[in-house]
Order: sequence, then C-alpha cells, then structure tokens
Amino acid sequence: MAISTPKSAYLKGATGALPFLLVVVPFGMLFGVVGTEAGLNLAQVMGFSTLVIAGAAQFTAVQLMVDEAPTIVVIVSALAVNLRMAMYAAALAPYLGPAPFWQRAIIAYLNVDQTYAMSHQQFEAEPQMPLPARVAFFFGCATPILPMWVVATYVGAVAGAAIPPEFALDFAVPITFIALVAPGLRTLAHVSAAATSVILALALGWIPHNLWILAAGIGGMIVGAEVERRGTAQ
Amino acid sequence: MTAWSDPAIWGIMAALGLGTYTLRLSFLGLLGGRAIPEWALRHLRYTAVTILPALITPAVLWPEATGGQTDPARLAAAAVALIGGYVTRNAIVAIVGGMATLYLVQFAGF
Repeated sequence: MAISTPKSAYLKGATGALPFLLVVVPFGMLFGVVGTEAGLNLAQVMGFSTLVIAGAAQFTAVQLMVDEAPTIVVIVSALAVNLRMAMYAAALAPYLGPAPFWQRAIIAYLNVDQTYAMSHQQFEAEPQMPLPARVAFFFGCATPILPMWVVATYVGAVAGAAIPPEFALDFAVPITFIALVAPGLRTLAHVSAAATSVILALALGWIPHNLWILAAGIGGMIVGAEVERRGTAQ
Repeated sequence: MTAWSDPAIWGIMAALGLGTYTLRLSFLGLLGGRAIPEWALRHLRYTAVTILPALITPAVLWPEATGGQTDPARLAAAAVALIGGYVTRNAIVAIVGGMATLYLVQFAGF
C-alpha cells in the first residue's frame, strides 16, 4: 500500500530502520572502546560520535592521531572518507530539496549511511510520495539509528577501559575497515579501486606525514572511475 | 595519544564535525538545485573503498603490536574478514569472523 500520511511514513521509516541497529550498535560500541583505548576521555569520545556521526571517519581520525600524524593530515584524511556524504546529499536533493531550509538543515545533520540508503530506496520506489511524507520517512529512519549510535558509543567507552590487552583490540580497526569495504566490492570498478589503493599504499609509504594515505586513496578513486567509465561506454 | 593536548583534540573534532556537516548539507542545502557533475559522482563513489584499505594496509602487514613483524594471526584474521564480508555482504559477520580467527590462531600459538 502506498504511503500517504506523514504519520504512516514516519512509522514505516522507524520500523524499517530497526534491523540496521545490528550494525550500528556494535560499531558504535567499538568506537567507544577503541577511542578510549587510544587515550580519549569520555567527553571526547562522545564528542566525536555526536559532532561527527560518521564511524569510518572517526576511526580514521583516531588511528591517525595514534600514529601522531600532523593535525591537518588527520582532518583532511578523515574528511576524505566522508566525501561520499556529498554524494548522498546530491542523491536526496531531488526528493527533499523543496522542503523548508530548517528541515533540510536537520536532515543534513542526520544524513548517515543508513538513513540515506533507506530513504533513497524508498523515494525511488514510490516517486508519488508527497513531500511531508518523505520528510517524515527520513526522520523515522533517523529515530532509532542516531540515538542508539550515541548510546552504543557511551557503553563502549565505559566498558573499553576494562578490556585487557590480550584481546588485541589494536586490530579491531583494520578488521572493521575490511568489514566495511568487503561487502561494497560489488563491481570490477570497486575491486580495481580498492586493489589500486592497497598497492599504492605500499608503494608510496615513503611519503611523509601519512600523506601516502590520501595519495593512495585518490589514485584508487581515479582508477575506479576510469574502469567504470570504460565499462559503461561499451 | 600523549602528543595531543585537550584543545588540539577538540579542535580536530570541531573541524571534522563542521567539515562533515558541510558535506552533508552541500547539495541538499547550500548548492540547492545544482546538479553534481557526472565525473565527480563517478569519483565520489569510490572514496570509501579506497581511503579505508589504504589506511589499514600497513597495519595488516606490519602491525605495531608485534613490533612491525608480520603476524600470521593478523593476516589470517584480515583474510577471513575480507572473504567473509565479500561472500555474506554482511559487515558484522566479517568483524566477528575476523576477530574470532585472530583469537583462535593466537590461542593455538602460531
């Protein structure tokens, strides 16, 4: 049945988002643990999860701070991880662009991987959905996801201080990043991009101040885009 | 993290928060109605699958926890996470599988 009222749209968004908690909660807890282990205090760990709200970028920043990279490299590298957010904004603009600015300003704050993915899928599937219902659907998606992200971070930060070193949590970040990337290796372009960045990371490791990360990332993006372009040109 | 003062940490956080928010608002608010060029979209699609692997490659091959010595347990854990995540398309399966492999191989004493 097509959604028409904002209330039913909100409820559909909120219930549809519940399964995503299986990813969001462990990931948030892990950030709390890793951030605390890295030496951030509770307020700082919570600050990251409420101000940045982007797990992969938060882990990137913490990792580079542990590696004692220069401040600007920490910021630019973590923001590079978040460049995809501009793509999310562009993808939602045709559907949410006519909403009042204050609503779009709040939507932008809550526009994370899960809320974007659910909303975009819903708006594409039901293009005739009225604007207030679309906005309500988005806020519905955000309702379980965002608060639980913050709560999970808190639980991880409090528990993290008690985890002994035998648990090798130094390796939780690499494993998490592999886990985030592997399901996304859907096409030849994605695989080429990832493989290029790994090879470049090894070849360019001599570049100082951890700038090899950006160099390898940009190289991988160029290769991925080129493979995609050739693939679609045929 | 001893090298970082309190203001430095909060400064990084503020910059990241503001920068990320600007990216999220960009085409939804500030650049209202403007379309993102096709070539830019094509590159943005690959940001996550490139920056994240680049960042962790040295940590997988030469972990700091083992003094930079290549560690069979960590290599096996990374391989299981990669294959598990690719096959199941599920990040949590990949994390649990990877960390379980790490503990198992370490426990077995290789």
